[in-house]
Amino acid sequence: MSLLRVRNLHTRFATDRGDVRAVNGVSFDLEEGEILGLVGESGSGKSVTALSIMRLVPEPPGRISADSLAFDGRELLALSEAEMREERGSSMAMIFQDPMRSLNPVLTIGRQMTEVLRRHQKLDGAAAKRRAIELLETVGIPSAEKRLGAYPHQFSGGMRQRVMIAIALSCNPRLLIADEATTALDVTIQAQIVDLVKRLTRERGTSVIWISHDLGVVAGLCDKVNVMYAGNVVESGPIRELFHRPSHGYTLGLMGSTPRVDGTGVRRLTPIEGMPPSLIEPIPLCPFLPRCRVSIPACQTVSPERRDFGSDHWARCLADLKPGDRAP
Amino acid sequence: MSTLLEVEDLDVHFGRPDAPGTVKAVDGVSFKVEKGRTLGLVGESGCGKSTTGYAILQLVRATSGRVLFDGTDLRQLGRRDLRRMRRKLQIIFQDAHASLNPRMPIGDLVGEALDIHGLFRGAARARRIRELLDMVGLSGSFFERYPHELSGGQAQRVAICRALAVEPELIICDEPVSALDVSIQAQIVNLLQDLQESLGLTYIFISHDLSVVRHISDQVAVMYLGKIVEMAGKTEIYGAPAHPYTKSLMSAVPVPDPDVETHRQRIILKGDLPNPADPPSGCRFRTRCPVAVPECAAVDPPQYPLGDGHWAKCIRLTGVNPHV
Repeated sequence: MSLLRVRNLHTRFATDRGDVRAVNGVSFDLEEGEILGLVGESGSGKSVTALSIMRLVPEPPGRISADSLAFDGRELLALSEAEMREERGSSMAMIFQDPMRSLNPVLTIGRQMTEVLRRHQKLDGAAAKRRAIELLETVGIPSAEKRLGAYPHQFSGGMRQRVMIAIALSCNPRLLIADEATTALDVTIQAQIVDLVKRLTRERGTSVIWISHDLGVVAGLCDKVNVMYAGNVVESGPIRELFHRPSHGYTLGLMGSTPRVDGTGVRRLTPIEGMPPSLIEPIPLCPFLPRCRVSIPACQTVSPERRDFGSDHWARCLADLKPGDRAP
Repeated sequence: MSTLLEVEDLDVHFGRPDAPGTVKAVDGVSFKVEKGRTLGLVGESGCGKSTTGYAILQLVRATSGRVLFDGTDLRQLGRRDLRRMRRKLQIIFQDAHASLNPRMPIGDLVGEALDIHGLFRGAARARRIRELLDMVGLSGSFFERYPHELSGGQAQRVAICRALAVEPELIICDEPVSALDVSIQAQIVNLLQDLQESLGLTYIFISHDLSVVRHISDQVAVMYLGKIVEMAGKTEIYGAPAHPYTKSLMSAVPVPDPDVETHRQRIILKGDLPNPADPPSGCRFRTRCPVAVPECAAVDPPQYPLGDGHWAKCIRLTGVNPHV
């Protein structure tokens, strides 16, 4: 059984101009110890998918529905808010791009860490402190005991993100969701954090959903990837299959617009022209069609269904892309 | 090929001179930029790359050094002469929206640049604005629109359009694509390349993104805590980085290819950037350097030439200093 099972997830937000369909029928499975990448541009529904799983979408104006949203066999949408709160922080945890906004600026790091441990693990003060020191050491914060008394502003960006990871890990969660967790960090610090996440998943068997717009980080960290566009997964597959045989016009577009530091790229980038569609109106055909460079006549009449290419690799695209295809 | 800009021993220090806690944001920076070429200025947050850009434009006051533009030292110019000269040097920023007055329609935003320098008047002015909008890929329908109606990519096009309005020779691009989605980023990068080709522009491209810098630059300078630690042509510096900081920086950039990523040797640096108000003695990188030796604390490393205009500041370079 998968640790997380998502079937036909829809999340909508009511606005004056109509419902925004931020997530539009997302389905996937996440196995124990697996790292899943969610990639796509701003507004593609990556973060809302994650927030819906954590049930952190404010309702109203949000509305989450799904055929199934099961964590370890329990349907999350059937849980009360109190039950959900027990799950969050103990069996599922989430970290964000800007740790400063998740940390309380007027409380010490130690206080914020022990709070979680006392609340969820029912540890007493001394035990919670010992465990907090242990956790800070695990995420590579030097002189951890001394740092417990420091406030968030006394830490650098990379250190704050380590503290967030330490808090997220404090109750040994089985699922960790990281939403653009290294986007605001310098590359040398990003490399440290990615390395840390890899080591922790290997040692603890934690499953991870890694949300990022950076194909490079995903290529180095994840086992499989979901590419999202306009609120849905348009292509999904194991990391190697997807990068070597991109099978959706949008995936191909993303790769063509990404310059590479190893210089194997081209003299000229191939941007994706135009902009993503409004998510208020229902989109009957392929949502990427107006921007697609590889569309075929059938795209004008038929909405693409999932096409399977074997070994769990599939795409919602009618065009027959071959391995090594580049965006024209 | 002729040199358009030459920066000599540029210092920008914040705080009282020689008082403890003075931040040497830019410390002894020198480089040349050839006409029609692009110099990439890379480094992490706080390394002084943006401050260098601002000091060239005289947007921050340099403590010492020379900024020679076409032979004229910009630091010696009076206000009026400097304003006249600014026509030739323009800048675009990361947050284009923040650089556009929200109360002005796009046509006026572009026209303002023309008016300040008294370039086009009357009917010619409107014609010129449309022509400029067209150059950056915006239709005439943007004339009446306001900044809040623009997407991030469109706002950056307007910022580029404003810079182009005064027919500059040098544009300092300060992280111009860092806030954009990759597909839009590629549009702006292509636009900058096209404009360089058609107008013969010279760029200083400031960015923390080494992939984009490799793509767009001819020359690359790597900065760390206020100093350029290595400089070379693009092919040399990416193909054979010499300074340990450049090496670790390049190895840290992820590549969108799982096979490459699996086999890559990554040099993971320890710790964070030191406090710039109290930088390490000798080589500033030594506290995080994987190959530092005790001598590194004693010597501020000089520039070692490595051939073809490639140089690096490190006493541990292979073959350069065999006794260390």
